[in-house]
Amino acid sequence: MAEERVVGVGAGAAGFGGYDRGGGEPGGLATQDMVLNIGPQHPATHGVLRLRITLDGERIVGCEPIVGYMHRGVEKLFEVRDYRQIIVLANRHDWLSAFSSELGVVMAVERMLGMEVPERAVWARTLLAEMNRALNHLMFLGSYPIELGAITPIFYAFRERETLQQVMEEISGGRMHYMFNRVGGLKEDLPAGWLDRASAAVAAVRRRVPQIEDLIFGNEIFLARTRGVGTISPELISAYGVSGPIARASGVDFDLRRDEPYLAYPELAEEGVLRVTTGEDGDCHSRFGMLLEQVSVSLDLADACIARLRSLPQGPINQRLPKILKAPEGATYCWTENPLGINGYYLVSRGEKTPWRLKLRSASFNNIAVLPEVLRGCVVADMIAILGSMFFVVGDIDK
Amino acid sequence: MDLYLPILGLAVLGAGFAVVTIVTSALVGPKRYNRAKLDSYECGIEPTPQPAGGGRFPVKYYITAMMFIVFDIEIVFLFPWAVAFDSMGIFALVEMVLFIATVFLAYAYVWRRGGLEWD
Amino acid sequence: MIVQALGVRTVDDLSEFGTDPWWLSLIKAVLIFVFLLLLTLFNIWFERRVVARMQHRAGPNKNGPFGLLQSLADAMKLMLKEDIMVKAADRLLYVLAPVISVIMAFLAFAVIPFGPVVDVPFTDRQTPLQLTDLPVGVLFVIAVASVGIYGIVLGGWASGSTYSLLGGMRSTAQVISYEVAMSLALVAVFLYAGSLSTSEIVNAQQRLWYALILLPSFIIFWVSMVGETNRAPFDMPEAEGELVAGYFTEYSSMKFAMFFLAEYINMVTVSAVATTLFLGGWRAPWPLSLWDGANAGYWPVLWFLAKVMMFMFVFVWLRGTLPRVRYDQFMALGWKVLIPVALLWTVAVATIRAMTLDGGLDRRVLVGGALVAVLLFLLLSIVGERAPKEEPEAEEQPFDPFAGGYPVPPMPGQRLPRPEPAGVVPGGAQPDQEDDTARRSATEEGD
Repeated sequence: MAEERVVGVGAGAAGFGGYDRGGGEPGGLATQDMVLNIGPQHPATHGVLRLRITLDGERIVGCEPIVGYMHRGVEKLFEVRDYRQIIVLANRHDWLSAFSSELGVVMAVERMLGMEVPERAVWARTLLAEMNRALNHLMFLGSYPIELGAITPIFYAFRERETLQQVMEEISGGRMHYMFNRVGGLKEDLPAGWLDRASAAVAAVRRRVPQIEDLIFGNEIFLARTRGVGTISPELISAYGVSGPIARASGVDFDLRRDEPYLAYPELAEEGVLRVTTGEDGDCHSRFGMLLEQVSVSLDLADACIARLRSLPQGPINQRLPKILKAPEGATYCWTENPLGINGYYLVSRGEKTPWRLKLRSASFNNIAVLPEVLRGCVVADMIAILGSMFFVVGDIDK
Repeated sequence: MDLYLPILGLAVLGAGFAVVTIVTSALVGPKRYNRAKLDSYECGIEPTPQPAGGGRFPVKYYITAMMFIVFDIEIVFLFPWAVAFDSMGIFALVEMVLFIATVFLAYAYVWRRGGLEWD
Repeated sequence: MIVQALGVRTVDDLSEFGTDPWWLSLIKAVLIFVFLLLLTLFNIWFERRVVARMQHRAGPNKNGPFGLLQSLADAMKLMLKEDIMVKAADRLLYVLAPVISVIMAFLAFAVIPFGPVVDVPFTDRQTPLQLTDLPVGVLFVIAVASVGIYGIVLGGWASGSTYSLLGGMRSTAQVISYEVAMSLALVAVFLYAGSLSTSEIVNAQQRLWYALILLPSFIIFWVSMVGETNRAPFDMPEAEGELVAGYFTEYSSMKFAMFFLAEYINMVTVSAVATTLFLGGWRAPWPLSLWDGANAGYWPVLWFLAKVMMFMFVFVWLRGTLPRVRYDQFMALGWKVLIPVALLWTVAVATIRAMTLDGGLDRRVLVGGALVAVLLFLLLSIVGERAPKEEPEAEEQPFDPFAGGYPVPPMPGQRLPRPEPAGVVPGGAQPDQEDDTARRSATEEGD
């Protein structure tokens, strides 16, 4: 019945030379599959992700993600920067979780150096990482409804983001790329009274986040659009290395904060503040619900960190570093539970002041790789619902 | 016919407005030729070639569309029936219930056979 | 005579219409035209301000008092934009589509009554506040609205872009889902009013608004009118998250503005139709109607506008609140809920009407009957819920698309065989493999 016309391979190849318009045998009843590019400039891909999909009517019969529009060769750039400069590169690939990405680099370098980080720095890092996580999730809590056509929740989400960003900005000077981590600790000590303001911000956000839930989460249309749509099985999750909230929404109980603890997470897990929740259905709805859940956990963690920071005695927040920082020869792999999933740095050093190799494993790349499996057989409207629920940042895919 | 003439007047007004504004904007607006600008939008990529006139594309809901015609005709009968209902009374009711039931039967059949589960 | 004695109207009294001199008709037409343009400018501003308030924002507030001139400025800006005609477009239809849309949007308002018969200022003439009325007034509105959809479908098709095409196709899917329900919802109104003429329907609502006695019709009409105007949550043809902008993706400058204008006029039109058919048209609402002068002179225009703006507010409210429905879900809503309900409701209304006509049915019987019906419905819904479970799971049977010699859709438990795309059939890949083996053997031989 349907015949597919192959019209191009790879980026920009659509429109082969010599390919005539007006295909198909004249008079034949066969309908043709349409090839449609979603992206790179498409409102739903919030970035420059490109999906080349083949449509039968509105049903997707094939999907091919084409990535690399934002590729800047960050791994190569790492090799010609010293360890202080790498941080600024590392916080840019996933611009929504800058702090958490910085963390991976500095922790890898600290591990190579065998450096102890002051206790206050550990708790402050945990606090900031969790606030960063809440910021990241709030972004997607706002942008996902807008992809489904609900235009209001994003303004609620951004109000909360603004509240948190204010305290983040006060401490680091940046609103997105904080650049606040240093090898051996943090850049500066916390300003006087900042903990009170942070605690107030967290409390305000905790009070108002349920509004987003009320706005959209139980909505009939929202349920119809997301329940049972884009279900990912745990097997598929493991096969593609999907991680983070998406994996947990499918029932894969894996969270580095608990399973391979770093920073202050072991203590927080012991106290019971760090709860790792998993979903069951693995559909868009449970992924969205997972974000809501994680925001509240993050806010709890932030509160616990604030309380601990208040009780800690005054002391340094970073280590004094030599003028030229050289990591000893060797290799290490440091991975962190970033807001979007597992973020890993494989650092190989030959004792120089720059890494010999720094391999970056970013969460979004793997999370997006599963798309063709999920999208096949969906309609276009479902594709948007699924794409939005995969919570990716294009910079994190393309690196 | 006098009842319909003013409608024609309004149509002429509307058409005049549309044509005048579109022509004016074509005259007043800038014209900067650019090959890429004249391509169809496909997310910033050179558009996938399409057969002239869009070619044949699958329309999955054609059974529903056929049902639509049936119901539209039913409605054409229902409107005058409703208007004249008061002067015909029970007779009209019985007649129309029979008619509606017939169409409803076909509708139920299509529903049961999954004709409404298109795509 | 007998019929008249029963108090039943048979022929519409449209003697007030068609008597205006040409200049008066022209003035009325121009007034309607200007009114619609101004109301559109106002409504765009209104929507942006109201949605802004729902989203903790200010909305346009710089240009003119309260930002009222913002839409005018936007329209001027659009006027000065380059008019792009894409290469792949079907030139004639591409230009024609927005014009069709906007003309049809204007036309529907010809039969909307704004008020009663009034004195024309500076003359001794009297005229109804309505351009004209037809014995088939409402049918005319429905017809014009349907033709207006052609603008969208043709525009989507003529643009030569996949997004536009999908938008146009969705629009067709949408129109076949809600229009039946919408028209069916109106049958009950015609039953009670005994007329299709808008002015007669307003007259028939002197005592009671039809929204109160025909509530299900009103609700069905309300739902369908949101679909009719392509507004959220039924804005699938222009779903910006999915189809970029749907049918008007390729439109720019004034042609785009025409679609925009048509959409907003259509919103006003369906609101005005809903007001006329269900909310007593220009008649004053209850506490105001106690005042004798409320339904005379030019006052009714105000009540009419207030009711229309109420509907407009709900349009905006919906947009600020709801996500978009998937379009097969919307079709399911139309075909599996709205249409059967509307049909049954029509039959029920006709039955009640016939009984009351047949000699003053006792109210108590009516109430009793309604109670029994409700009980039956509840019982049926309970039984209906259980029924599917008892039904044995249909075995997956092989599906014969030509069972009995005719093409048939699959039964439950059967599935349509997936049409295999020609490019992916195993046969298509084989020549390549053969080529490969041939080449390999050739190289081997060469070795």
